[in-house]
Amino acid sequence: MKQRLLPLYVVCLYAFLHLPLMILCAFSFNSSRFTVWEGFSLVWYQAMWNDGALAEATWNSLLIAVVSTVLATIVGTLGAYGLWKRNSKILSGSLYLSLVTPEIITGIALLATFQWAFRYFQLQLGMHTVILAHVTFSIAYVLLVVMARLRTADPALEEAALDLGATEWQAFRLVTLPMLKPGIAAAALLAFTVSFDDYVITSLVAGVDSETLPMMLYAMARRGANPVVSAISTVIFVGLGILIVASERLQKA
Amino acid sequence: MMRLRALFLLPAWAFTLLLFLAPLLIIVVYSLQTKGVYGGVVEPWTLENYTRLFDPLYGVILFRSFLMAGVSTLGCIVLAFPLALYIARSGTRKTLLLNLVMLPFWTSFLVRTYAWMFLLRDTGLVNSVLLALGVIAEPLPLLYNDWAVIVGLIYGYLPFAVLPLYSNLERLDKSLLEAAADLGAKPWEAMLHVVLPLTAPGMRAAGVLVFIPCLGAYLTPDLLGGGKSMMIGNLVQNQFTSARDWPFGSALSLALMLIVMLLLWALLRRDGEEVL
Repeated sequence: MKQRLLPLYVVCLYAFLHLPLMILCAFSFNSSRFTVWEGFSLVWYQAMWNDGALAEATWNSLLIAVVSTVLATIVGTLGAYGLWKRNSKILSGSLYLSLVTPEIITGIALLATFQWAFRYFQLQLGMHTVILAHVTFSIAYVLLVVMARLRTADPALEEAALDLGATEWQAFRLVTLPMLKPGIAAAALLAFTVSFDDYVITSLVAGVDSETLPMMLYAMARRGANPVVSAISTVIFVGLGILIVASERLQKA
Repeated sequence: MMRLRALFLLPAWAFTLLLFLAPLLIIVVYSLQTKGVYGGVVEPWTLENYTRLFDPLYGVILFRSFLMAGVSTLGCIVLAFPLALYIARSGTRKTLLLNLVMLPFWTSFLVRTYAWMFLLRDTGLVNSVLLALGVIAEPLPLLYNDWAVIVGLIYGYLPFAVLPLYSNLERLDKSLLEAAADLGAKPWEAMLHVVLPLTAPGMRAAGVLVFIPCLGAYLTPDLLGGGKSMMIGNLVQNQFTSARDWPFGSALSLALMLIVMLLLWALLRRDGEEVL
């Protein structure tokens, strides 16, 4: 009896995980504003396409995600390499703590810090504060992924390079870094998605010129039913799907 | 060798110190000061913000947060356990099944939460279908209540429960089950007396990993609870925006942070780092 019940349960649970998103995507092609199917239509995609503010927010999100991913990947990879063998419990502990800190706390703490710093510098909240915040919370993700990769690396290889006369930099650049490439790519992908998706921290440290896509989605969702949100969600799924598949291909190549 | 490594740590140190530890320190300082007339913080120094945490007005919200996070965590573990068991026993399809659990995780948390608004609202799919089938005459108030928040939290953090349970069940020695069967235990007896006790570390890890984000949730209660179902995270946000009481908001944040750290510390102390 049990042999049949368990698979049935598993199917139901996968449906619970995936159906809500699939339904959301499906109804983005509905011609009606309501949740009654009235025929296939691209009207919500058209509305999305013609929305200038939306395009600007998407551009902001992409820019923030790309810049913060590049910075966080560099800082995080160097940090992971530095922590390899020479562990600093305070640094790694702080970084792990930043991973479990509720986003709302990270956000208000950063906001308080920026406000405090602005008393001394003539600056305002804007793209730069959002990027700084994103780099900060992405570093821990990068570190975690690259450290996992480093744990499988053989330290003897680098020692051999040093014995054979390579400088420290050459040993890192030519021996260890190439081994880490798949890990770094995975870490960058994670940093990108985390940055692109973030709403809570971003909304607190953003200025007037830095409204992001999640901030717009939130405002639209808050106002209630809006099929344009479903259309944007679908585009985000497809975009992220392409990104994940492409990075898998790159890692294998 | 050591010099380059120390140099490599510098940028990570700089970000951590300036944009994680210093901000927390500023929050500590703010929590000990007094709210200014126009917001902001002023002297005198006081502990009043901490005593206010025990005010029944806020106690209700704190209690509700614990209750909702607890129910969601329990829900996640109960739902995840059979799935983890199934995946651990499914041989070559393990990776595929695990990836399928993680897949929704790659999509925006905001979108995943919106999907439930879409399903549960008055004109949402669930109500539309039930109305069309004639099961109900009027739409059920499914959205903007505690249950909607709990469903959203379970949906959001289920993968955090599946992974530790799976890795625990995966390492489980199968010969123990065979031994139990040989000694006359029925499958459910073996499950109750052998498998469940041996997966206690996995359950503790799953519990802490799900409870922490649930307790600090902000977006889920905000969107699915619609302001009626406030949790600690919303109260913190409220103090920093509309209430303009930064000192009390800071004290609340630190209390929440302390709970998170204690939970994590207790877990690591009990089961070691491998459990994560």
